[in-house]
Amino acid sequence: MTWKHFFTSSIGRKFIMGFTGIFLILFLIIHAGINSCIFLNDHGVTFNKMAHFMSHNWIMRFLEIGLFAGLIAHIIQGLSLTFQNKKARPVEYYFNQPSKNSKWYSRSMGILGTLLLLFLVMHLSHFYVDTKVALYSGDKPHDLFDEMKEVFSIKWVVILYLVGVVSLFWHLYHGFQSAFQTLGINHKRYTPLIKTIGTVYALIICILFALMPVAIHLQWIN
Amino acid sequence: MEHYNMNLTLKVWRQKNNQSKGKFETYPVNNISSEMSFLEMIDVLNEKLIEEGNEPIAFDHDCREGICGMCSMFINGQAHGPWQQNTTCQLHMRAFKDGDTIVVEPWRSAAFPVVKDLVVDRSSFDRIIQAGGYISVNTGNAVDANAIPIDKKDADDAFMAAACIGCGACVATCKNGSAMLFVGAKVSQLALLPQGAPEKESRVLNMIAQMDKEGFGNCTNTYACEAECPKGISVSNIARLNAEYLKAGLTTEEK
Amino acid sequence: MALDAKIPKGEMDKKWTDYKGHVKLVNPANKRKLEVIVVGTGLAGASAAASLGELGYKVKAFCFQDSPRRAHSIAAQGGINAAKNYQNDGDSVFRLFYDTVKGGDYRAREANVHRLAEVSTSIIDQCVAQGVPFAREYGGLLSNRSFGGTQVQRTFYAAGQTGQQLLLGAYSALERQVALGNVKMYSRHEMLDIVKIDGKARGIIARNLVNGKTERHFAHAVLLCSGGYGNVFYLSTNAMGSNVTAAWKAHKKGAFFGNPCFTQIHPTCIPVSGDHQSKLTLMSESLRNDGRIWVPKQKNDNRKPTDIPEEERDYYLERRYPAFGNLVPRDVASRAAKERCDEGYGVGTTKMAVYLDFKDAIMRYGRTEAGKTGIANADENKIFELGKQVVEEKYGNLFEMYEKITGENPYLTPMRIYPAVHYTMGGLWVDYELQTTVPGLYALGEANFSDHGANRLGASALMQGLADGYFVIPYTLGNYLADEIRTSSISTDHDAFIQTEKEVNERLSKLMNIKGKQTVESFHKKLGKIMWDKCGMARNEQGLKQAIDEIRQLKQEFWSDVRIPGEINEFNPELDKAGRVADFIELGELMCLDALDRNESCGGHFREESQTEDGEAKRDDDNFSYVAAWQNNGDSQWTLHKEGLSFEIVKPTQRSYK
Repeated sequence: MTWKHFFTSSIGRKFIMGFTGIFLILFLIIHAGINSCIFLNDHGVTFNKMAHFMSHNWIMRFLEIGLFAGLIAHIIQGLSLTFQNKKARPVEYYFNQPSKNSKWYSRSMGILGTLLLLFLVMHLSHFYVDTKVALYSGDKPHDLFDEMKEVFSIKWVVILYLVGVVSLFWHLYHGFQSAFQTLGINHKRYTPLIKTIGTVYALIICILFALMPVAIHLQWIN
Repeated sequence: MEHYNMNLTLKVWRQKNNQSKGKFETYPVNNISSEMSFLEMIDVLNEKLIEEGNEPIAFDHDCREGICGMCSMFINGQAHGPWQQNTTCQLHMRAFKDGDTIVVEPWRSAAFPVVKDLVVDRSSFDRIIQAGGYISVNTGNAVDANAIPIDKKDADDAFMAAACIGCGACVATCKNGSAMLFVGAKVSQLALLPQGAPEKESRVLNMIAQMDKEGFGNCTNTYACEAECPKGISVSNIARLNAEYLKAGLTTEEK
Repeated sequence: MALDAKIPKGEMDKKWTDYKGHVKLVNPANKRKLEVIVVGTGLAGASAAASLGELGYKVKAFCFQDSPRRAHSIAAQGGINAAKNYQNDGDSVFRLFYDTVKGGDYRAREANVHRLAEVSTSIIDQCVAQGVPFAREYGGLLSNRSFGGTQVQRTFYAAGQTGQQLLLGAYSALERQVALGNVKMYSRHEMLDIVKIDGKARGIIARNLVNGKTERHFAHAVLLCSGGYGNVFYLSTNAMGSNVTAAWKAHKKGAFFGNPCFTQIHPTCIPVSGDHQSKLTLMSESLRNDGRIWVPKQKNDNRKPTDIPEEERDYYLERRYPAFGNLVPRDVASRAAKERCDEGYGVGTTKMAVYLDFKDAIMRYGRTEAGKTGIANADENKIFELGKQVVEEKYGNLFEMYEKITGENPYLTPMRIYPAVHYTMGGLWVDYELQTTVPGLYALGEANFSDHGANRLGASALMQGLADGYFVIPYTLGNYLADEIRTSSISTDHDAFIQTEKEVNERLSKLMNIKGKQTVESFHKKLGKIMWDKCGMARNEQGLKQAIDEIRQLKQEFWSDVRIPGEINEFNPELDKAGRVADFIELGELMCLDALDRNESCGGHFREESQTEDGEAKRDDDNFSYVAAWQNNGDSQWTLHKEGLSFEIVKPTQRSYK
């Protein structure tokens, strides 16, 4: 079995989804943790310090490459699997009642993922591009907190962010436990625990992310 | 048990053969007893069709006691119809009421081409088994049956996986047309037993390779298969399949 | 023609060993040149095809279903017997042999039965090695249960799905040989005739059921593993597709039919609910281990079963047969149920049912469980709950099945059961080597007549199918094929193939061209009614004679008024069914003829003229201790040949389960 064979087989591709999924889950903890510094309400001082550390530390920048690689792999595999799976049923059922046997969000990972991808394009253009431009043009350090205040002052942007976070919630809610199943872990004792942790995780992450644009927009913090 | 009679409207997929394009036909069926099985209701309709000079509806069925796995109808949007852990042949008409419209379609999957009307070709399942769904022991080679004690739990789990009847409801119901529950059940059964251990690696790799070749989709863990499986085969078998594949894929020395 | 059963000389328990020691062998290089056709892929067919493939023969296997895994062996529930004596309860090869001959009411061939008992132990070993997940005890060793007609626990099982697990084992062995290229599998194919060249079976004509085209297939030997013919009764526990066609075509090509009237009526089936009924469902005999059978003591008692107090219940099996009680053999239990219902004690809406009650077993298990788990003074409900769990583990799937079909919960209210046609002991006559009277044509499993005499014991069908396929035919077939190594493959352009195929196609066209008014199904139903009423659980001379007349009439009507829709060259289940029903009609006549000839009661065959004063079956060993082997001489023409049975070991006595 060659590596290529392994990673292009159906289960191999699932592993890619599962591994990168868990990797992204871990990333979100860090992302949410650092961003939550804004809730210290210290005019973004701590937050900007953390942001500065993340963008200037070479280990972090190395990991960033990994993050993007994982993200891109997750997106490409996800899209290609979705299309491949469509082909497995060339004629659709005339009358189908999937709600009788499965949850809507488990069946909607492709759509939720696509929404998240669109959200991500917006999100990166808001925050990531400017940071990088500032970093390489050698201008004064980029004030990410300022930028947040600016971006979230617009109401429709805040609404779009909330839509993104809701998509993220359902994506994580299914994806968290699904990743474990994909990696071969299904156990009478541990699976319920994994499901609970997954739910708590998805709730906390998404509530934190949702609070950020809302809190800034409503000027609870500045 | 109280029984009653009912009049129904049936909307059935009709397709002459693999080449032709199919379409739905609507048939009224009257005076159906709630004590009939679903297939007996189709029998009644077929007898009527023949008497009127029409072609009866072709459908697969054999044992009519829920074990051979031959019957395969997608009834009102669900594989094997509305009852849980049940095959089409064991579905009884008391699941419906007077005036209902029932839509009946064949299994829809690229790997299960339609043969005629509601009959599909599931030989892809046989080919997956041929790829490794067995223990290579020639007749006459066996040691005494009690020579190897097997943990009761493992034996029970193996049995529960082995209860699969190969009907294809998992594929039919999965939004991705995935056969992972079918394959997972067989891989699990043999992986759980000491007898299956020597061929563990090649078995899972070969069966998955064949499964991919047949054009089945990929599992996205919606667990619809488990919910519709007439034998209640657990998705934990898919997890075990994944684990076996991971182990085998990473450790095998064969190219 | 004198029938030679080719029973090896020597002592009973040495015959098979001696035979194996002296049988002709085929060397591996020659095996590759020899072709074998296996028709049917149930336990006998799949195991034979797999084993012969392993040996190196070139095998072609045929089944009418969409996959070999669907053969009706899959529906066997209760278990498989083997003389392992794992329970240390005094079982042995001899006891299994003895029980089987006695259970078969002394109408089986001793040598065959002894061989069956001998190889039974290897079957379990083989199946376990294949990964068949039999039930196990906590210590990790195999579990056993008891079955009707025996007093030891020798039945191995996998919940209520033993047949399924054994068949899937054989099926996986078969698919392995398919993958290795030793077996070529033809699914959705039906054998429609045997091709004979110079008196030997040399191939078959099969029809591809998907495109309707006939095909010619050559082989040096043909094995029929096509199961029984219970569907001649229309309603039976057989699968809808189970049929006699392969065996019948062989019969018409010269293979004698043995004991056609020996039919097993299984005592515990779900009763008929109405005219729409298409098949009957068995409730495994293993249920009789824990269930008690009763009817109300009062005629036409319409109370709910749970309202009938203990003292007003007649546990008639326990009353009539105290030694075996609810575990009497199937034929005895079935007739006792019929007797009660005919006398007016039946229950349910049709009054053609008796109760099978688990209340006592549930409470008994419940008390044991309560003791085990240390629950002191558990109340009735708690005991019931605990007991229910035990019963559920043992028979859960059967109870579920019952509830799905009837809509009643058998944990709370007793099951209603009634006898139904289940198995046919009769079949193609075969000698010790399983060869029919046509050289090169073999019959295995339920398709042959050999091992069960006039009544089969529970859990013995699976045993016989696998014994024939795994452990008998690999030896006996070699003995024939060793002389065939000089016969190279015969081209299917040989005249015999062309002629036989032509006949098959003419018959198909003839059927299609009748274009009458009545459906195939309606003819089948009519035949079934004649057979059940007059050649069913009780038979008499007058009824049988009437039945023969009626069947002849029905045959005429069929061939002039049947309506088959569709075309020949397409997927046409009605045409497939028509061919099968036509054969069933002819078989029905022979069954009645055989039943008429056998003016004695033995096993499943009960002639009203031959019974004791208290209504038990009365055998007549002086006049009927033979196998009736019928030779077909054309339309409704048969000659009876008798293979005399001599009992060296198990001396016939009137069976008593009292």
